[in-house]
Amino acid sequence: MKTLLLSAAVIAMAATGALAQQVVRIGSEGAYPPYNFINDATGELDGYERALGDELCRRANLTCEWIINDWDSIIPNLVAGNYDAIMAGMSITEARAQIISFTQNYILPENSAYLALAGTDAGVVASGVISAQSNTIQAGYIADSSATLVEFPTPEETIAAVRNGEVDAVFADQSYLEPFQAESNGELVFLTDPIPLGGGVGMGLRQSDTALREAFDAAIASMKADGTINALLTEWFGPEQPLYQ
Amino acid sequence: MFAYCADPSTLTGWWWFSCYLTSATHIDFYQSFGVVLLLLALAAPSALALGMAGAMAARARFWPLALVGRGYVNMVRGIPDIIFFLFVPIALDQAIEVIFHYSLCPGWTEDIWQGNDFRVCEEARTPAPGAPVWVRQTYGFILALIAFALVFGAFVANTLKGAMDAVPHAQVETAEAYGMTRAQAFRRVVLPQMWIYALPGLSNLWMILTKATPLLFLLGIQDIVYWARELGGQKTGHFTYPHPDWRLWYFLVVLAFYLTMTWGSQKFFDRLMLRVNRGQATAGGEAQRRAAA
Repeated sequence: MKTLLLSAAVIAMAATGALAQQVVRIGSEGAYPPYNFINDATGELDGYERALGDELCRRANLTCEWIINDWDSIIPNLVAGNYDAIMAGMSITEARAQIISFTQNYILPENSAYLALAGTDAGVVASGVISAQSNTIQAGYIADSSATLVEFPTPEETIAAVRNGEVDAVFADQSYLEPFQAESNGELVFLTDPIPLGGGVGMGLRQSDTALREAFDAAIASMKADGTINALLTEWFGPEQPLYQ
Repeated sequence: MFAYCADPSTLTGWWWFSCYLTSATHIDFYQSFGVVLLLLALAAPSALALGMAGAMAARARFWPLALVGRGYVNMVRGIPDIIFFLFVPIALDQAIEVIFHYSLCPGWTEDIWQGNDFRVCEEARTPAPGAPVWVRQTYGFILALIAFALVFGAFVANTLKGAMDAVPHAQVETAEAYGMTRAQAFRRVVLPQMWIYALPGLSNLWMILTKATPLLFLLGIQDIVYWARELGGQKTGHFTYPHPDWRLWYFLVVLAFYLTMTWGSQKFFDRLMLRVNRGQATAGGEAQRRAAA
């Protein structure tokens, strides 16, 4: 299997020789650690997706530049041509796949979790007020549940809303919530067992950009084949993160 | 910034803050104040010039010109600002790219609009892929500036048109009776006297413009409100300078900035009002005459 993937990657890379040193702009949110965030010491975009994206571009022989864009307008600005790809912790869903196309995932399907102040009754999951970032799979999940959804444009605000009592709990990717829980000195706790959502995180591209999607797909496949993607996952998400086999 | 900032986790108290407040993201925050001031400094004269052109067009005798002037003023005033702020930069950007596309890539056979996608050839993309960051930022800033000038220009035009109409018509007739042309009468009689009527309206618009600058963030420019929210939010251990939710303090700084701006502007307009009232048959002018007598 590995050799098959490797040879597929080599062929794909040879095929993309025509694209050599093409400049590709990648849009990211820059507010979702450890996926992507602005490093406060350097002012540069940092995180798992930055490290992964730079390596993918190197393997696909592309020159990449990063652009920070608001989450809410990240898909409209891709199809309008302001940048060529999205790497922003975006889960692959059917609704999004109707507007843009995705590469294979570079993070396995993930768990989402409820985070609330210690002492909160677990019943709020069914009947309480839950915050989520707007236009995410988590917001869609809460909207379909019996709880009341309150949306915020940035992920950090969804947690601030829990602390100041505006909502009963926040629903988000578990790996995003974990550092907030770990550093809260017991103030914040996870309410229920994690819930698996979505088809993993992939890179989003315009549907008409087939050649670019194939180039990135091949680069991701080659990183999965030689195990470098697992090293990055462990580096940024910790030893608990599920790895590619 | 300072040598001792290499490992902030070992620092405490003032030392930690001196590093924190000079971190790369904070330098960006401080620079964004400059961006806002630059936008104000450029948007105000552009809007004034566009407003003057709009007001004169709307009052023109040549009816197609009057139609254009009135159409511009009423259309922009009637449509929510935010739609214009979103529409103008996108439309302008795509229009520029379409023009470049047809002039630079005549051999291109694919459609520009393919389903949801807007695609022009590589040469036509603006700013060019690979352009330095400052080129990209300047381009975005100019698009935002045009949007601000267009929207506020329409309001200025309406204010100025009202002010021009408020100058007593008998004075214009008298000037024409002395043999001045219409243009001369406008330049010598209407233009110098209209400011007294225009100033209250213009000062209102300036205040609204000052406070509208957070809309910059909608246009992809990282302004002070974006940075206040971004820097103030809780920072976990992934960051060099972890801290709890400090948004309140950051928003207080932004609040102080806007209050200082509007307070200073009010002082300036009060002085200007004194100046343009001098010798006018208005309550302000009369008060000055009495005080002098």
